[in-house]
Amino acid sequence: MTIPLSLQDSTTVMRQVVAVSWSDLAFAMALIGVAIAISAWQRVGLARGFVIGAIRAVVQLTAVGYILVYLFAADRWYLVLLALAVMLAAAAVTAVDRIKQQRRAVLWMCGVALFIGAGLTIAYVDGVVIAVHPWYNPRYLIPLFGMIVSNAMNSAALAAERLSSEMKARRGEVESYLALGAPPARAAHGAVRAALTAAFLPAVNSLAVVGLVSLPGMMTGQILAGASPLLAVRYQIVVMCMLTGAMTMSATIVVLWYRNSFFTASEQLRRDA
Amino acid sequence: MFTLQDVRRSEGDRPILDGVDLEIARGAVTAIVGPSGAGKTSLLRLLNRLDTPDSGDVHFDGRPIVDYPVRQLRRLVAFVFQAPVMFEGTVRDNLQIAATLAQRPLDANTLLRAAGLDTSYADRDATTLSGGERQRVSIARALATEPDALLLDEPTAALDPDVADTLMATIHTLSRDRGLTTVMVTHRLVEARTASTMTVVLDAGRVVETGPTETLFTNPSNSRTRAYLRVGE
Repeated sequence: MTIPLSLQDSTTVMRQVVAVSWSDLAFAMALIGVAIAISAWQRVGLARGFVIGAIRAVVQLTAVGYILVYLFAADRWYLVLLALAVMLAAAAVTAVDRIKQQRRAVLWMCGVALFIGAGLTIAYVDGVVIAVHPWYNPRYLIPLFGMIVSNAMNSAALAAERLSSEMKARRGEVESYLALGAPPARAAHGAVRAALTAAFLPAVNSLAVVGLVSLPGMMTGQILAGASPLLAVRYQIVVMCMLTGAMTMSATIVVLWYRNSFFTASEQLRRDA
Repeated sequence: MFTLQDVRRSEGDRPILDGVDLEIARGAVTAIVGPSGAGKTSLLRLLNRLDTPDSGDVHFDGRPIVDYPVRQLRRLVAFVFQAPVMFEGTVRDNLQIAATLAQRPLDANTLLRAAGLDTSYADRDATTLSGGERQRVSIARALATEPDALLLDEPTAALDPDVADTLMATIHTLSRDRGLTTVMVTHRLVEARTASTMTVVLDAGRVVETGPTETLFTNPSNSRTRAYLRVGE
């Protein structure tokens, strides 16, 4: 991303970022205490969940913080790619969490779909849109890929889950098409369309309401870190575009691939599908 | 037209078809009757390869059905489901989909008349039709691929008796006028008797008896057939 000079002046002014100390964190934890107190008072039964969740959040985020510090300092392309691969694998495993049938096959499909969808998107953003230098600069690549892969994961999971339920609900329709000599792709078209609609709608909605309902996390973070809101907005637009691309690509790959697994080689609808 | 030799199919450990040998004649209306769970629908589904037998051979027109490209076979052997699903759009859209798949020109009016429907149905929304109307549109849709054989799975199961009777008359006429080989699964013995020329009695996945409908109903040779026909009446 080439920034015009007039904007660069305002963007390069980095304001002092207020440091958050460990004691500040302890004060922040008081808000979790409020949640625990309410949970106990209303007997929601989640007090323990809040405690464990808070501990996990602190440990996980601190660990990630140290890993990022190490990666930034090491500045090695293969370490950055390794980090991206771990993120991708974790996303694929999480995506199939709610799938009940053919989990191994769907895991493989999600992994490949995220690899292609998120991989192509990050490559394009990294190489063409922002033109990061060096190309593996972890300060850009890791946070951007994190956003891409988590959104693509949600989209792929939603699409796969929806396709599975649509194929069940539409057995009659699918077999009616097959019985007329239609190819499986035609027979499953209604289910595929419904699954893709479900997967694409969040992307469409978030494009439409961004900035109105909430300020996105990355933009907020940049503003808090002292960047010009105008620059933060431009980054956010890039983020929205890349998320849309990654989500739609990943969901489409999963749906079209997963669809085939509902049919036998003789173009019959599987009984257990 | 169809020949089945020692056809077996099971679901899990449960045998559904347990060595079926059967000959279905060209141009006839064949009724497959038998108690619930006898394997009637399972048998019908094998004839246009909606399912595949675990073992045994199915021939269509002297050729193993696995030798036909499956889509071509399904256009030659049309299937009408017990609970027909209408595709989105008008009745004409439904017929057009079938005709396009079979690469045949569409003559909606002729198809609708053959299925016993007025031609004004062509522009009706297919998804709003009644059960009987859907069943007729589903038959018209199956005919749009210009099949040689028509398979009907309990076509009247969800219909009122009056509607069922007129549908049976339509099926009978259709078969006679078009020389269409028709295989119909039914649990209504009256229907089998009035609409079919041949009857197959299936019980526990086996063919118990087969023969001309009138002979089979008036003078069944098998004791299980006799028992079934008596209960059915």
